[in-house]
Amino acid sequence: MNEQDSTEFGATAVRLDQGHIEGHGGIPERFANPGLPAHTPRMADLSDAGAKRAERQVVALFTLSILGTVAFLASYFLIGLDRTIFIPGIGEMGASNAALGVSMALTLLGIGFGAVHWAKTLMPDEEVVEMRHPLRSSDEARQAVVTTLTDGGEASQITRRPMIKYTLGGALGLMALPVIVPVVGGLAPWRSPAEELSLTFWDGGESTGGHAPTFKAMRLMRDPQNTPIKAEDVTIGSVFHVMPEGLLPDLETGEGGAKHQLEEKAKAAVLLMRLNPDDIKSQKERDWGYQGIVAYSKICTHVGCPVGLYEQQTHHLLCPCHQSTFDVTDDCKVIFGPAKRALPQLPITVDAEGYLVSKAPFAEPIGPSFWERD
Amino acid sequence: MSTSTTSRPADGLRDEDTTVSAAAPGAAARKLGGVAGWVDDRTGSAKGVGYLMKKVFPDHWSFMLGEIAMYSMIICLLTGAFLTFWFVPSAGHTIYEGSYVPLRGVSMSEAYASTLNISFEVRGGLLIRQIHHWAALMFVVALTVHMFRVFFTGAFRKPREINWVIGSVLALLAIVEGFAGYSLPDDLLSGTGIRAMQGFVQTAPVIGSYLSWGIFGGAFPGEMIIPRLYSAHVLLIPALLIGLFSAHIILVAMQKHTQFPGPGRTNDNVVGFPVMPVYAAKAGGFFFIVFGVIVLISGLVGINSVWVYGPYDPSPVTAGSQPDWYMGFADGALRLLPGWLEFSFLGVTLSLNIALGALVLLPLVYTVLGVYPFVEAWLTKDKREHHLLQRPRNAPTRTALGMAAITIYSIFMFAAGNDIIAIKFGMSINDITVMFRWGLFLLPPLVFWVTKRICLSLQRRDRDTVLHGRETGTILRSPAGGFSERHEEISAQDRWTMVEHEPVATLELGESVDSNGVAAPDSKTLARRQKLSRFYYGDAVNPVTPAELDQAHHDHHGEAETDAIEGGRH
Amino acid sequence: MNALAARRRHPAAIAILIMLGLILTGALYAAVAPRPADAGTASADTVEMGRGLFLANCASCHGTNAEGLKLGDGDRVAGPTLVGVGKAAVDFQMGTGRMPMTVPGVQAPRMDEIKFTEKEISAIGDYIASLAPGPNVPSEEAVDPTKGDAARGGSLFRVNCAMCHNSAGAGGALTRGKYAPSLSGVIPRHIYEAMETGPQNMPVFSDRNLSATDKRDIIAFLKTVENQPSPGGMTLGSLGPVAEGLFAWVFALGLLVACAIWLGKKAA
Repeated sequence: MNEQDSTEFGATAVRLDQGHIEGHGGIPERFANPGLPAHTPRMADLSDAGAKRAERQVVALFTLSILGTVAFLASYFLIGLDRTIFIPGIGEMGASNAALGVSMALTLLGIGFGAVHWAKTLMPDEEVVEMRHPLRSSDEARQAVVTTLTDGGEASQITRRPMIKYTLGGALGLMALPVIVPVVGGLAPWRSPAEELSLTFWDGGESTGGHAPTFKAMRLMRDPQNTPIKAEDVTIGSVFHVMPEGLLPDLETGEGGAKHQLEEKAKAAVLLMRLNPDDIKSQKERDWGYQGIVAYSKICTHVGCPVGLYEQQTHHLLCPCHQSTFDVTDDCKVIFGPAKRALPQLPITVDAEGYLVSKAPFAEPIGPSFWERD
Repeated sequence: MSTSTTSRPADGLRDEDTTVSAAAPGAAARKLGGVAGWVDDRTGSAKGVGYLMKKVFPDHWSFMLGEIAMYSMIICLLTGAFLTFWFVPSAGHTIYEGSYVPLRGVSMSEAYASTLNISFEVRGGLLIRQIHHWAALMFVVALTVHMFRVFFTGAFRKPREINWVIGSVLALLAIVEGFAGYSLPDDLLSGTGIRAMQGFVQTAPVIGSYLSWGIFGGAFPGEMIIPRLYSAHVLLIPALLIGLFSAHIILVAMQKHTQFPGPGRTNDNVVGFPVMPVYAAKAGGFFFIVFGVIVLISGLVGINSVWVYGPYDPSPVTAGSQPDWYMGFADGALRLLPGWLEFSFLGVTLSLNIALGALVLLPLVYTVLGVYPFVEAWLTKDKREHHLLQRPRNAPTRTALGMAAITIYSIFMFAAGNDIIAIKFGMSINDITVMFRWGLFLLPPLVFWVTKRICLSLQRRDRDTVLHGRETGTILRSPAGGFSERHEEISAQDRWTMVEHEPVATLELGESVDSNGVAAPDSKTLARRQKLSRFYYGDAVNPVTPAELDQAHHDHHGEAETDAIEGGRH
Repeated sequence: MNALAARRRHPAAIAILIMLGLILTGALYAAVAPRPADAGTASADTVEMGRGLFLANCASCHGTNAEGLKLGDGDRVAGPTLVGVGKAAVDFQMGTGRMPMTVPGVQAPRMDEIKFTEKEISAIGDYIASLAPGPNVPSEEAVDPTKGDAARGGSLFRVNCAMCHNSAGAGGALTRGKYAPSLSGVIPRHIYEAMETGPQNMPVFSDRNLSATDKRDIIAFLKTVENQPSPGGMTLGSLGPVAEGLFAWVFALGLLVACAIWLGKKAA
C-alpha cells in the first residue's frame, strides 16, 4: 500500500463526472475527488415565509423553556415531598420528583432544541473548508530546540561535572519518599493482617485489635434477634442465621454488642442447619455437629459474600454474588462455581440448659483466600 | 505521499461560494469590541479566540458520542457538587429517624442516613441524586460507544495515537470513579460490592492481605473506607479526569477533527461548519439536550433506590447483587473462572480464580486498548498522518478484531447478570454459566470470521454498485420475453465514497528484500511481520479503478447488442 | 399507505419499528400479566369431603393415604408424603395454584388460576390435618400487616429472606433452574404459611426460628414496601444495576443518539 498510492491524485487527475473518456490512453490509475457537491438551499433560504416559520419554531422552543422554569419553581414550592402522583406506565410515584424532573427537562430541552433548530434552519449551512497543515514543526525549528537544549546543558556545565548530575538524580529520586512514606505508613495499624484474618469472635471474643482471645464456649444466637437457640428448635429443613453470643446489639434499642460490630460480623457469621444424620457423608461433619445439626461459616471462600441461599431439599448452599455452590451433606465442599475451598465448619454441642454452643473456634481462616493462609 | 500533493480538484471551492464580506461595524459590534478590546489589551487573547471561533467542525452524528460523554461528565460534576452539601462521608453509627417508615429506628452509618436524607428530606434531592447516577451511567456508556466509533473508523491512527491512549486512561478512570461513587451510600448492595472488592484485593499474590489492610485501614469493613473512597471520588479522580479530559480536547482542537470520506473531503482539509455561529449553537445546544434527556429520565425512572436495599451489614445480602454495568465484565469474569485455578503450595495460597478476573483483567483490557494503535501501525508499516476516517468495511480485519473483542467483553458483562437472565428467561443458572464458559472460547473466532466476511461482501457490493450502477427496482421486459432489472449509473459524488479508499497489498518480502541475495539478519522478524501482514490484508478487496469501470462499460456495450432492453447503463 | 411505503427506508424507520414493537410487547404483557390471586377466609368443612377431593385430585401423586409415592429409581419422588404437613401447607400450595401441579418441572410455579374454591381447599386441609398434627392456617390477626413493625420486619427480612427473594422481594435465582419467586401480590396469609411450612426448596421458618411476631413484622415490611409509591419513578422491576444498565444502553443511549442524528442532519 505504500508504493501504490504515490500516483494517486497525480497531476493527470481527471474529473470523471465531466465526461466519460473513451479508450485506455487517458485513464488515470485512481478516481479523482469530484469536489464538494453543490449546496442545496433549505426552505428558510428559499422563502421569507420559510425563514419566518423557522423563527417561530425557535421562539416557541425558547418560550417552552421559560414556561418549564416557571413550572419548575411552582413545583418546587407547591408540591410537598409526601405527595404522590399516578403516571400511566410507571404507576404511583413521588409527585415532587416527577414534576421537578419533567419541568426541568422542559427548561433544558427547550433551550437545546431551540438552539440546534436555529443553527440548522437559519444559520449558514454551506459547508466551509478549512485547510490542515502538517503537525510537525519545520526541521529548522526542531534543530533549534535540540541546539537550545544542548547549549543549555553545556552552559550549565552538567555534562562536565557529572557528580552534580548523579547527586541531583538521587535527590530528586528520593524526594518522593518523605511524601509517600507517611501516607502509606499511616494507612493502617502496624500489625500483621494475617493474624486478624485467622481469628474470629468464636475464638473467644473481639478479634479486632490484634490480641488472641482465649477460647470460651459461646452460645449460638439468632441474627438479628440475638436470642439463643435450643437444639430442638432446629428442625430438619430449617436454617438459622447465627452470630456468637455477645456480638449482636439489642434489635430494638441498638444498644450493646461488640465494639467492632461490623468487623466481627464479617467474620463470625454462621449458618445453622439440621440434616438427617444418615444423609451426612462426612464423619468429621457429623462429629463436629450435634445430632445432625451443623454450623458452617456463612462467608464465601471466594470473595466473601454471605452464602445465604439454602435449598432445603437438595441441601445446597448458593452464594448470590458469583454462584459458588456448596454441598451441605458433604462438608460444604464446592460443587459448582468459582470458589475452591469448602466452607469452614464450626464445631458445636449443647450446654447444660440445652442451648447450642460452640465447642471450638473455626479450625482455619474463614472467607476469601490470602497468600500466607496455608 | 498523499499529504505532499497540494493541488487537487477537491480543494477548489464551489462556484457559488463567496468570501465573507466585511460589513461596517454596527453599534453593537463597537460595544462588543470595547469589552473585548479591554480584555485583549491585558491578555492579547483576540488572536487565539478569533482563530478558535473560526475553527471548522465536520458534521456527523457519531462525532456527537464523545460530546455526550463530555456533557455527562459535566452534569456529574454539577450535580456532584450539589450532593456534597448534604452527604456525610462517614461510617459513623447512627439510628435513622427520618421519614422513610420501613427503616425508622434501624441502625446504620451516617453515609447511608445522609443519602436517605437527600432522597426524602431535601427538596429536589432525589432528582439530583438520580441525575447524578444516570449521568454517570451515560458517561461510561457514551465514552464506550465513542471508543467504538474511533476504533472502527481508524481515527486512532497517526497523529492521534496519544489521544487514543489518553482516552483509554480516561475510560479506566471513569469506571474507577463510578465504582467509588456507587460504593459511597453504604447500602447493602454497594457494601456487598466493597466486600467483594476487599475479597479480591486480599487474594492478590504475596501482598494481598497487606494491600487490603492498607486500603481499609485495618480489618474489613472498618471506618476508613467510606471517607477514603469519598476523597478519591470527589477530589483525586475528578482532578485526574478533568486534567486528562482537557488534554484530550486540546489535542482534538490542535489536530483538527477527523472527517468521513466524501466528495470534497481530503486528507488535507476539514469540511464542516465554523464554531461561530453554527457549532457554538449546535454543540452548546446539544449540552442542553443531553442534560434535558438525562433530567427527563431521572424525573421518571428510579435508579439505585438505596432505601430498598437497607443499610450495609456483612451478614445479609440481596439476591441479584451486581455492580453497575461498567464493572460487570470484571464481576462476570469472577463468575466464569473455575475454582481449580486456586493453588496451595509451599505454605502459600495463589488464587488465580480471583486474581485473573479481578486484578489482571481490568488493567489488561485497558492496556490492550491503549497499545492497539501502535501494534496496527507496526504491522501495516503505515507512518503517514490520517485525517480521513475509514469506513469500517474498508478495514475488514480491524473491524473483525474489534467485534471479536467486543464479544469477549460482552460475554463477561452478560455473565455478571447470569442470575437475572436465569429468572427472567426461566433458565438454569448452571447451564448459563457453562454456556458462557464455552462461548468465551467459541464465539470470538466465529464473530471474527463472520464480521470479516460481512465486510468483504459489503466491499464487493460497493464494487458492484460502482461497476454496474444501482439497482432501480424497475423490471423491464424485452421483446423476446426476457426480464431484466434496470441499473442506474451512480453519480461521481456517490461513487467517490465507494472508491476513495486506498488499495492495499500484503507486505511482500521474498528475495527482493535483500538486494545482495544475502538473508537479512532480522529475516525471522520480517517473516513474522509478513505473516501478520497477510493476516491483516490477505483477503483485501480493492476499490474499483477507472480502468475497471471503463472495462465494465465496454463489456456492457458488448452485451447491449444482445440485450438491448437493459438500458440503464451507458 | 404509499407515503408509508416510500419512507420504509428512512433511517428512522427501524428505530420507529423497534419502538412500536416494544410498546406493543409492553401493552400485551400488561394485558396478560399475572394478577394476584385472592382468597377469602377458610371455612370448616368435613374431613370426609376433603378425603373425597384428595382421592380425586391428589392421590395419583401423593398416594391414596397421602403417604407419598415413589417412582422409578428410588429418590425420584412423584409426590412427597403429606402426613404432618398441616393445613397451612395445603392452603399455601393449593391457594397459590402451585398444586395440583400440571406439568412436572424443577419447581411448581405460582398460577393465576386457582382450580379449587376456598371451601374445597379448606376441606382437603382438614383431611390432611386429620392424618397427623401440623401447622394450621394462621388467624387473620396473626397476618395483619397493620399490626406489625415494618422496620423490625425489614431487619429480619434482610437477614433471613433477602438473599433468595431480593431486598425488595422481587425474587432471585437458585441452582439448576430453581428460583425464589417474587413476593409481590402474595397475600399475607400465604406469606406466613410459606415461612411456616417451607414449600419445596425454601427452608422452614418455624415459630422456633422466627416467632409469630417476627413473621407478622416481616409481612408488615413486605406490604409497606409493596404498597409504597416509588419515590423516584419506574422501578425497572427492582432488579438493580442490571436493569439500570440495560435501560441506559437501550433507552437513554437510543434517545441521545436520535437527538445527535437529528442534529447532524441537514434541515429541509
